[in-house]
Amino acid sequence: MFTLFKDTLVSQVVTLWKVFAKILVKADTVQYPEEQPYMFPRWRGRIILSRDPDGEERCVACNLCAVACPVDCIALQKTEDEEGRWYPEFFRINFSRCIMCGFCEEACPTNAIQLTPDFEMAEYVRQDMVWEKEDLLISGTGKYHDYSFYNVCGKKIGGKDKGEAQNEAVPVNVRSLLP
Amino acid sequence: MAKIVIDGVDYEVNPDNNLLQECLSQGLDLPYFCWHPCMGSVGACRQCAVIQYRDEDDDKGMLVMACMTPPTDGMIISIEDEQAKSFRSNVIESLMISHPHDCPVCEEGGECHLQDMTLMSGHNYRRYDKEKVTHRNQYLGPFIGHEMNRCITCYRCVRYYDDYAGGTDLSAQASHHHVYFGRHEEGVLESEFSGNLVEVCPTGVFTDRTFSENYTRKWDLQTAPSICTGCAVGCNTTPGERYGTLRRITNRYNSDVNGYFLCDRGRFGYGYSSSDQRFADPLQRKNETAEIMDDSAVQSMLDGFSSENTSVTTIGIGSPRASTEANYALRCLVGADNFFSGMSDEEFESANLILQLNKDKAFHSPSIREIEQADAILIVGEDVTNTAPRIALALRQSVRNKAMELADQSRIPRWQDAAVRELAQHDRSPLSILSGYKTRLDDVADDEIIDSIPRLASFAQAIAGSLSGKAEQIQVEDGQVAAVEKIAEQLKSAKRPLVIAGSSQGAELIKAAANIARALGESRADGAIDLCLLTPEVNSMGMAMLSTEENSLGAALEKLRSGEASKVVIVENDLYRRAPHGLVDEALEKAEQCLVIDQLPTATTAKADFVLPCTAFAEQESSYINYEGRAQLSFQVHRNHARAKSSWQWLSAATEEGIESLMHDCADAVPGLAKLCEILPDKSQFVGGMKVPRQSHRYSGRTAMKSHLGVHEPKQAVDSQSVMSFSMEGISSQKDASILASSWSPQWNSNQSISKFQSEVNGELKQGHTGKLVMERNAEGAYLEVSVSEDSSAELQLSRAHQIFGSDELSSRSSVIKQRMVGSYLGISEEDARSKRIRQGDSIAIVGVEASLSACIRSSIKNGSAVIYCDETMDSHSLPRSINISKSNNEVQTGIKGLIISDLMDEDN
Ligand code: SF4
Ligand code: SF4
Ligand code: SF4
Ligand code: SF4
Ligand code: FES
Repeated sequence: MFTLFKDTLVSQVVTLWKVFAKILVKADTVQYPEEQPYMFPRWRGRIILSRDPDGEERCVACNLCAVACPVDCIALQKTEDEEGRWYPEFFRINFSRCIMCGFCEEACPTNAIQLTPDFEMAEYVRQDMVWEKEDLLISGTGKYHDYSFYNVCGKKIGGKDKGEAQNEAVPVNVRSLLP
Repeated sequence: MAKIVIDGVDYEVNPDNNLLQECLSQGLDLPYFCWHPCMGSVGACRQCAVIQYRDEDDDKGMLVMACMTPPTDGMIISIEDEQAKSFRSNVIESLMISHPHDCPVCEEGGECHLQDMTLMSGHNYRRYDKEKVTHRNQYLGPFIGHEMNRCITCYRCVRYYDDYAGGTDLSAQASHHHVYFGRHEEGVLESEFSGNLVEVCPTGVFTDRTFSENYTRKWDLQTAPSICTGCAVGCNTTPGERYGTLRRITNRYNSDVNGYFLCDRGRFGYGYSSSDQRFADPLQRKNETAEIMDDSAVQSMLDGFSSENTSVTTIGIGSPRASTEANYALRCLVGADNFFSGMSDEEFESANLILQLNKDKAFHSPSIREIEQADAILIVGEDVTNTAPRIALALRQSVRNKAMELADQSRIPRWQDAAVRELAQHDRSPLSILSGYKTRLDDVADDEIIDSIPRLASFAQAIAGSLSGKAEQIQVEDGQVAAVEKIAEQLKSAKRPLVIAGSSQGAELIKAAANIARALGESRADGAIDLCLLTPEVNSMGMAMLSTEENSLGAALEKLRSGEASKVVIVENDLYRRAPHGLVDEALEKAEQCLVIDQLPTATTAKADFVLPCTAFAEQESSYINYEGRAQLSFQVHRNHARAKSSWQWLSAATEEGIESLMHDCADAVPGLAKLCEILPDKSQFVGGMKVPRQSHRYSGRTAMKSHLGVHEPKQAVDSQSVMSFSMEGISSQKDASILASSWSPQWNSNQSISKFQSEVNGELKQGHTGKLVMERNAEGAYLEVSVSEDSSAELQLSRAHQIFGSDELSSRSSVIKQRMVGSYLGISEEDARSKRIRQGDSIAIVGVEASLSACIRSSIKNGSAVIYCDETMDSHSLPRSINISKSNNEVQTGIKGLIISDLMDEDN
């Protein structure tokens, strides 16, 4: 009898007490969309393609994001400018498949592809969730401000000759026998 | 067999091979760079270190390089020992100190042996923070890209290019950590086998430029086992497709045929298949315009050509570049009597002769692996580098059999590459070449007899006469007697002599070559003599087996001209490349209706009333029969999204049942092809009807590739007819090598993973499919009569030259191949040129023939003979056997710039 009393009545009183106690606490819900919540920078939302500090496309079309993607929703094609710089001819993300896992960002060796705190991606027409490079490419560096892949990589591109990347010696003169 | 212990496990290994090779044969993972299964060991990279123990009590052991150590009975070694592991990881760390941070923009990435070995050796963090050595790249021609920073100085490239393939223009330069691999100056890599550098180099220094242009990672390519259609060798290839177009061709290992290597025509000549000139729709010519036909119009048009529905005679003209099935389906449509050869008449005569000799039990048609075992070779009139390139590469290995013999005598293991080369120096097994001009094999030839074709025929017959009294005896000039005797003696004393001839200079040389082989066989008890007879195109043999000897192309054209036949179906053939233009014009004019099935517009399709678009080699499943009579199956790689179908699908009523039923019909109907169906994959291996996927298990982008066209993904295409599927699902060929397209194995992403599929290194694939020899050899033959008469009506005796880039119709329509093509030329001697006041590169006119050619003055050509190369525009079949020439003032369109021949005279002379 005592147990029954303890399990029902006491429990209900305690519950009621807890509920009413919250009346005076400030509410967590906000008046979205009038009121925008604070999103953490590392939130995994809408994917963008960023540019390097010189304003050039960072993506080198290496295909690593595409192969890392568990739902296979990234497709791209490499092309090259006259001076040897690789970049994507097209770059497509099918957001209606994307699960915002962030594996692509994890895989990207150039910091090009980044997930952003923007989550407002709903569309009335599913087809509109297919984004092309023009839709994805932003004009800034995103979360990583300094990194420029081509300054580290050994390939010669327009404006950067052999031997001009980080930690590189001037190109060897093969005709010389000096050490 | 030697019993050895590796990490506590007993293995039985072959003591004739090195330890590294045997470890790989056993399926063990041991990193390596400089060793190559075809090129032996030099011990340069120090990557394959293992610990060897003196005996069971030895717990320290010592480091040895596995690739430089022969296994001995009772040997105890360890791959997993900590000391060995740390040595290997230190070695790779030092190889990598200057390695660029390039993987994302490196064409090798994802199939890089260096990536694989780095991971396997356990080096994963860069500690060296000093400056990296850098190098400038070179332009190496339209095929090969160069990114020298990525080199790890394993020396594989020069060992392949110079030592294995006989190239002269790639070398190791500079010294110490500045070593550089390139040409002495920028320029096109000259070797016809340069493309193999892409696969031989374990890093991304040498890359395929055609692939880079449309780059896709290996894991994203849709692949299937295919056959190269570049020539009659039938090398096994893996074409890769992405987004609907072919991206590249790589080698596919076949222990009997191409092994690890392809030629550059086969590797780079695929671009035509994505040409925007390809026919997309069935067309009907109305007056001057072409109209697109709908399916019902096509059907009623085709019905009109069927022999059942028409009272007038319809003839069919097949093609040596079309598959066996295409030719057979055409033969069914028009009836065997009305099925005609699509080869030129001279070629058809040779092909029939070759067919007959290939049934003769006195001979054996050697595979490439067998060619490599020959220790005395005679080439009669064929320029193999340009007509069957892969065989030229094999011959460069056969001349090394002398070196192997010397090595055996000195008890040096054959795989000790540097030691064997040092020992043998320039000692080679004898290779003798009879030719109208100097060929690309002259640097390894013992004797080169350069003369006019009829005189070569008598020279060859004289060799036969010298070998056997039963052969017809022919007198040669006094100066040549010694050479005849020498060559005869070399062949006679060889363990495995080989005679090579082909159809490119006509039938007389083939007959003479057969006589030599027969004479050789007489004195031997040990069976058939290797007689390698080369036909020019991928399916010349199959085409010849399907048509009767009387049904030549000339006969077909005559039937049309005379009105005996009024309708004609031409399958995958440009008749203007096969017969005198005048005759073709006349015949096609006369024909009431002409249907041509082809991929690309040609002079013939321009004359057709109907054109049906057909699929390219990678868009269809089909079989081809190579020069040996080996039938091989080529699978479809990707679908053609236009209305193209394979020729047999257009022509055969039984398309629903697929290619298999057609092949069974063909095997039943054509006596020589009874074994054709044995090349079909064994269905019982596919559990639960599961297919073999054409896509890798990491194929990416599947939900985005087509989403711009429609976000609702279409169902995966179903391939109801093949054992392969257009998806990732199914039993992967990783488990079954019988349908192995591109090899991959955990930790082995590069093509070096092939050792995981071989029964032993360099052996057959585990569930092997090497094709099937269909020819039965049971006929008794006799000596053939060789006609050696010269056509002395004009001053220059003609022989024909072929070009690896240009002579093959389809590959020469690819834009990269075009960059390496030359225009028509006439090779003449210095004296003949001087007497006509002709200088190098001048335009030449041939009396009575409408054409202008470039003069190509060559130091080795005999006075009074000339060699002609005709590009596709020339009416080459109207040429007489001897010609008169004069200097002409016409401009030549494409000159001979870029022609690679060793005896070209300097322009100033
Ligand atoms: S991983 Fe980065 S650089 Fe590579 S393709 Fe994706 S976005 Fe571009
Ligand atoms: S060679 Fe291999 S390791 Fe070097 S950059 Fe290319 S992919 Fe990377
Ligand atoms: S270029 Fe390639 S094959 Fe040649 S030494 Fe360097 S890494 Fe080896
Ligand atoms: S040798 Fe012939 S079959 Fe082989 S790759 Fe070259 S063209 Fe193709
Ligand atoms: S593979 Fe043994 S030292 Fe290079």
